[in-house]
Amino acid sequence: MNTSFTSNSPSVNPNGSASVQISLSHVSKVFWGKNGWLNKITRQTTPNFIAIEDINLDIQHNTFVSIIGPSGCGKSTLLNIIAGLSSATSGTVSINGQIVDKPGPDRGMVFQNYALMPWMTVEDNIKFAVETVYPKMPRKQQKRIIQEKIQLVGLQGAEKKHPHELSGGMRQRVGIARALAINPQILLMDEPFGALDALTRGFLQEEIERIWEKQRKTAIMITHSIDEALLLSDRIVMMTKGPAARIDKVLKVPFSRPRNRTVVENHPAYLQLKQDMENHLYRETRAVEEARIK
Amino acid sequence: MAAVKPKIINQKSAHRLISNENLQALLLFLLSLGLFLLFWEMGARLKLFAKGMPTASLTITELWYWITHPFYNNGPNDLGIGWNLLISLRRVAIGYTLASIIAVPLGVLVGISKIAFKAFNPYFQLLKPVSPLAWLPLGLYLFRNSELTGIFIITIASIWPTLTNTAFGVANVNPDYLDVSKTLGASRWRTIFKVIIPAALPNIISGLRISMGISWLVIVAAEMLLGTGLGYFIWNEWNNLYIPNILVAIFIIGIVGIILDQIFAYLEKLVSFGRQSS
Ligand SMILES: Nc1ncnc2c1ncn2[C@@H]1O[C@H](COP(=O)(O)OP(=O)(O)OP(=O)(O)O)[C@@H](O)[C@H]1O
Ligand SMILES: [Mg+2]
Repeated sequence: MNTSFTSNSPSVNPNGSASVQISLSHVSKVFWGKNGWLNKITRQTTPNFIAIEDINLDIQHNTFVSIIGPSGCGKSTLLNIIAGLSSATSGTVSINGQIVDKPGPDRGMVFQNYALMPWMTVEDNIKFAVETVYPKMPRKQQKRIIQEKIQLVGLQGAEKKHPHELSGGMRQRVGIARALAINPQILLMDEPFGALDALTRGFLQEEIERIWEKQRKTAIMITHSIDEALLLSDRIVMMTKGPAARIDKVLKVPFSRPRNRTVVENHPAYLQLKQDMENHLYRETRAVEEARIK
Repeated sequence: MAAVKPKIINQKSAHRLISNENLQALLLFLLSLGLFLLFWEMGARLKLFAKGMPTASLTITELWYWITHPFYNNGPNDLGIGWNLLISLRRVAIGYTLASIIAVPLGVLVGISKIAFKAFNPYFQLLKPVSPLAWLPLGLYLFRNSELTGIFIITIASIWPTLTNTAFGVANVNPDYLDVSKTLGASRWRTIFKVIIPAALPNIISGLRISMGISWLVIVAAEMLLGTGLGYFIWNEWNNLYIPNILVAIFIIGIVGIILDQIFAYLEKLVSFGRQSS
């Protein structure tokens, strides 16, 4: 199955060129079970687990893509493969035509649990990223980048604070600033707002929308929220349930940018898209539950 | 106004309760101490305990004498308690520092590398439960010098807690931190020094704290057999059959132990950054 943007939709690239930036081809991931001879003797074998199977996806430059699917279907697995944190069992991921198999600073990652270093201040967390990626950059320039990103995410005044002194929303702002500070081509986010309360979540979604309008990077975001996906994305990738999860279909989100929640929600296509996604998620989640009962 | 009032009252009564608690604890402590001293004093005067058991008042007078005259020197068998304390502390400082210099890097290595862990773990497991004093004859034989033997024993005694805690901390660094490091493409060394070691620092410090406690336990025992130091002071007073000074030494050893431990408790707090420490 080939779910390619180029096949069913025109480009959303402002330049009008339909250039593919990220290309997944036949990507599968198997988590190998324990079935060596030692496990067989002790009768503690576990079977192999096919998490995702034959994923094909092309993502064009400067597109915001959301991945949505039932819990445990393999979204994180897929994102980690794109990030290079884990490797595909078969198939390839290529970025700008180059096959990638390890992490690199062309991809910035935002983690669900923020993953800030607790012993570093807000500033130092961002500095760690900048120094790691640009060790030869003059100090002054590094400082300027750090300041710039702190302002971009609205953290002025908290530079010298440690993560444990910040609220969840503030921490994720640091996470976003850190990811952007290395100026990646691609932004990867695994449920970036999953651990936040509804109100903070709403604020940060709008913040992401604002930031993304400023510097349109290619972004891939995993989410469980239909509204979040519809507010932020150009494309929504809907995955089936696991094991052997596939891409069911890719929705094109037609709302114009810059977006704002009220305008999006009053768009004539909004309800239909939302309905489609709800139906899909409901169907897949019910299948998961039924499989569990058997 | 009416809505604010109960809050203030609540806060006040909560505040009073806390200070009450501390006050009550202090009173109870003083009461028990008074009773204990009274019991001791009466028991000793009525000769209820062993023969020659000193009274509380005599012991406190001795304590006062030793505290006000810590530094005098009439030869090794009549040395002010301050000198003996400094001698013990110096041995602990040298032995403990040596142990830490060995244990922290080794712990990091063993924590990072599963192979190193598997290869070296048998040594640790075998040597950890051995009482440090078992090494005393070997130390005397190897060094033929009581000073070096004391340091040797402290080193051996204080290696294990630091080593095992460091290895545990390093092996259990939050994988998210390592993922951050990987996605940034940080080098191995940078990851070790900027991420793994700082992340494991709370564990390293608690290992160092336990090691310090053990050193302080062991030095007193070791010095009984070595000459000079607080341990020897106790042994010497035992030979003189002068019990009050033994009690004085026990008290001073306890106080110094508390101070050493509190230094590390403070360090632990300093590096925790909101993470709960053990
Ligand atoms: N290291 C692993 N070993 C074995 N199985 C794994 C491993 N990691 C993930 N899995 C399994 O692979 C499947 C997909 O996991 P993954 O974390 O990618 O799901 P997800 O879609 O991100 O779920 P969620 O919505 O809960 O975040 C799950 O069934 C999980 O149990
Ligand atoms: Mg996940």
